[in-house]
Amino acid sequence: MNTTIMLFLLQDGITNGAIYALLGLALVLVFAVTRVILIPQGEFVTYGALTYASLASGQMPGTAKLALAMGIGACAFDLFVARKTLHGRLILRSVLANIVLPAIVLALTIYFAAQKPPVAVCIALSLVIVAMIGLYLYRIAFQPLAHTSVLVLLIASVGVHLALQGLGLLFFGAEGQRGPAVLSGAFTAGSLRFTGQSLTVYGITIAFIVGLWLFFGLTLYGKALRATAVNRLGARLAGIRTTLSGQIAFLLASVIGALSGIMIVPITTLYYDSGFLIGLKGFVAAIVGGLVSYPLTAVAALFVGIVEAFSSFYASNYKEVIVFMLLIPVLLLRSLAAPAVEEEKD
Amino acid sequence: MSALLSVTDAHVAYGKVEAVRSVGLEVGENEIVTIVGANGAGKTTLLSAIMGILPLKGRVAFAGQDLARLDIEDRVAMGLGLVPEHRELFVTMNVEDNLELGAFRIERSRAKASIEQVYTLFPRLKERRKQLAGTLSGGEQQMLAMGRALMGAPKLLMLDEPSLGLAPIIVADIFRIITELRASGVSVLLVEQNAQAALKIADHAYVMELGEFVLSGKASDIAANERVAASYLGFQHEGASAL
Repeated sequence: MNTTIMLFLLQDGITNGAIYALLGLALVLVFAVTRVILIPQGEFVTYGALTYASLASGQMPGTAKLALAMGIGACAFDLFVARKTLHGRLILRSVLANIVLPAIVLALTIYFAAQKPPVAVCIALSLVIVAMIGLYLYRIAFQPLAHTSVLVLLIASVGVHLALQGLGLLFFGAEGQRGPAVLSGAFTAGSLRFTGQSLTVYGITIAFIVGLWLFFGLTLYGKALRATAVNRLGARLAGIRTTLSGQIAFLLASVIGALSGIMIVPITTLYYDSGFLIGLKGFVAAIVGGLVSYPLTAVAALFVGIVEAFSSFYASNYKEVIVFMLLIPVLLLRSLAAPAVEEEKD
Repeated sequence: MSALLSVTDAHVAYGKVEAVRSVGLEVGENEIVTIVGANGAGKTTLLSAIMGILPLKGRVAFAGQDLARLDIEDRVAMGLGLVPEHRELFVTMNVEDNLELGAFRIERSRAKASIEQVYTLFPRLKERRKQLAGTLSGGEQQMLAMGRALMGAPKLLMLDEPSLGLAPIIVADIFRIITELRASGVSVLLVEQNAQAALKIADHAYVMELGEFVLSGKASDIAANERVAASYLGFQHEGASAL
């Protein structure tokens, strides 16, 4: 192997690693706040990517309709819970956020899809649609189970993943799609060629990580999210609703997922089920970070990306095997370092 | 005068085991009320149920409103605060962040004023405001837990064993602050195993045994009661052997 190939593989690995880092951070965030291991994180990636690609090619994405349907479901849950108190203001807020908003977005999507909108509009619509799906998903599938054990939440998570993947097949078909580059063009530095798209990936990843860091460190809602992750009862006693924290976590996770999808769909062809594997690689990074450490997760994600790039060069058939095998020594080390624990009690 | 908090015929059960049976209690405005009793009498369970952490059968009214359908966060917003026995601090966050989050439901401008009030009440917290809550001493953590609850501007603060495991000098400080709270218009419902100290500062007292109130009245009368003195001494003995 010469230096050029090595640099090329490194660059490729870092680009993928940046995406895994974002997904890993979202997984850690959601787990810390809600104790949900978010398997459907990968579906947020696919939905974001394919909604974007569909819109860009002038097709109507089914996800916009799904958002409205899930919104109606979420609203029904709200009304059912509030049936005995029936506060006018709460009902109005629920109808606005769960039905009126997705209905407006659906109308906009139908309007724009017919006329091949510009890239910025495609991105904005895709992000909003997937963000709404994430939010309503929490309301429908996880908020009612919030008090149950991690195992129950994990099973629900697997169920949601399978359902969303099936719907993905229905909406986007079995064919793969590619989207237009967010930033076209390229330049060369020495023997390395940087495409506008890979620079976009770096830029957005860094901006997002800095943004998250500021959000958690400086804003009241960010601190409330951290507080919920550290001590749920303490947070509730301070008046912080765990449902609010859960909603923010899911909103962030779905936006991060969709954004990752939009960033990779111009580089790789994505299928309705590609997100799962991409999400799992973020999961490997999150596990290395012990599902608690954000910096460790980000570093591990870059490592996963680089290992993947090199193994696809040397042994492309075993690429996935090598990446997922990384988990075994990490888990072994962690199990040696941590004291044995009984079945979780909560 | 109607009571700020009134609990009528409350039952709290863990599965089939009733930990609190048919309990009634009232806390008026500007009043310190204490519940004394041995370990396992059901005091902590009762406070948790009033706060909405555990389900309660019976009626709990706060400031004239039935709390049955309200969850913990709504009760906090109404002005009911609890400092639990285990304090439940955000240990990986600093003192100031802990306090700021205590005022999550309060307007930002008022929260700024409250934080200064808390610092006046607990000057130690101001010195340690950038320190992580988990690295504070036991006494400082108790102060922080009380400070965080006060940030929510409660009308009634429920304190669960605030002196547990603290050095005598800090305990005296905590009890002095509890009386200051009453003077500033905050009512206090105090659960304490240090019955002597609690009865000294309280206006009213309830004695709890095996999930039931066996005695209630003015704190000074309760303190003078022979049976209380006897069981209190008995408890002291148990407590000592438990250590």
